[in-house]
Amino acid sequence: MAGTALQRRLTWLTAQVRDNRSESPSVHRLVLDVPGWPGHRAGQHVVVRLTAEDGYTAQRSYSLASPPEEPDLHLLVARLDGGEVSPYLTDELRADDQVELRGPIGGFFVWSAAADRRDAQEGRRPVQLVAGGSGVAPFAAMLDHHRRTGSPTRLRLLYSASTQEEILARDVLGPETTVTLTRGVPAGWSGEAGRIDADMLRRRTFPPDEDPRIFVCGATMFAEAVSSSLLDLGHSPSSIRIERYGSSGEPS
Amino acid sequence: MSVLSRGFRRGRSQERSDGRLPPGQYDAGDGFPVLSAGPTPSTPLDRWDLTVHDETGERHRWSWEEFRVLPREAVSVDIHCVTTWSKFDTRWEGVSLDTLLQDAPTTARFVLAGSDGGYTTNLPLDDVTGGRAWVVDTYDGRPLAPEHGGPARLLVPHLYFWKSAKWVRRLTLLPHDRPGFWETFGYHNHGDPWLEQRYSGD
Repeated sequence: MAGTALQRRLTWLTAQVRDNRSESPSVHRLVLDVPGWPGHRAGQHVVVRLTAEDGYTAQRSYSLASPPEEPDLHLLVARLDGGEVSPYLTDELRADDQVELRGPIGGFFVWSAAADRRDAQEGRRPVQLVAGGSGVAPFAAMLDHHRRTGSPTRLRLLYSASTQEEILARDVLGPETTVTLTRGVPAGWSGEAGRIDADMLRRRTFPPDEDPRIFVCGATMFAEAVSSSLLDLGHSPSSIRIERYGSSGEPS
Repeated sequence: MSVLSRGFRRGRSQERSDGRLPPGQYDAGDGFPVLSAGPTPSTPLDRWDLTVHDETGERHRWSWEEFRVLPREAVSVDIHCVTTWSKFDTRWEGVSLDTLLQDAPTTARFVLAGSDGGYTTNLPLDDVTGGRAWVVDTYDGRPLAPEHGGPARLLVPHLYFWKSAKWVRRLTLLPHDRPGFWETFGYHNHGDPWLEQRYSGD
């Protein structure tokens, strides 16, 4: 679990909302223009802060769904009924509104084409991404980054979505991606069906003997189930990086 | 200074009038979110141990059976995660770091906690002594679940919860500070929730 040191002051920046559009029935895509943004690596996240008129503030973390090459920052926000922040972001926020954010945060759950070029040995290891639901957001950034840089690193995504309508970031999903639908498949569906289990991982992901770098992102139950299946298949614990969210807490 | 969010209001469940919610936090209620950077390790109890090291080597080692018969304390505390959830009146049982570190060398000023899976976090000795930190193996009257750090984790409730290292196995006493895992990735070195020391520079 080694990483590069990052001791930079994180200041609050003012983001201008360029667009707030529906990405799927339950998720919105926020497109933000952030003057002074210092740049980021694919996989990092930001903290968004809202301030009420009485001075009350609320902060939530969101992965960046856009690659470093894209000047605007894209967030995929799942609307959680009864939540304090997400319904505001999806339903109330409009173009030209402002929100505060700071980042980028997190230097562990990242993939960078440039780092793979500098470290040839690491760069030869393929990258396996495994996403559940809106956990695909950091991988949308990685796939887009991979494409825009023409990176030779071999990369695959196994992505679990509830229904076809809930598949996010379709514009960056290509032949490297396998989608599995957990709540029924439409006629003519050629992808996988059902939850990700050891058997599906064996068929659809890089095997342990290729020594992949594995990234898992999704709700806690999903991340626990996937990572324990990966260990059962023989992947080493140190090859697996996890970003968990949500779980049993209050909706936010 | 800050940008007002037109029409944004405090959520009903976020109100607390007793002053126990640090700034920028919300009450997670009955939930207990899970955060960790790698897979949940599984060390069999017959291979588990807890050690105290200093720069010259190992000072103490307890097997699981030896750890379980050390003097125990039960505590009920509020915990605060940097990702902004807080949880109130959480009940834990375990061994005070006052007990585990009672013969620490006088040159020791900091502790680096190390866990199964390679996670580390750094703490000033003053923050983990004086009845303010424990290695706990019991949560809410039951053995601590693996996803919450079982068989045993550090509990330092007055700091953000990433300092309460899950799956703790080693406490290293140091004369100088050495940043841990999240601390090298831009998280605050100290992590006091009442001062909102979330990230580097806060």
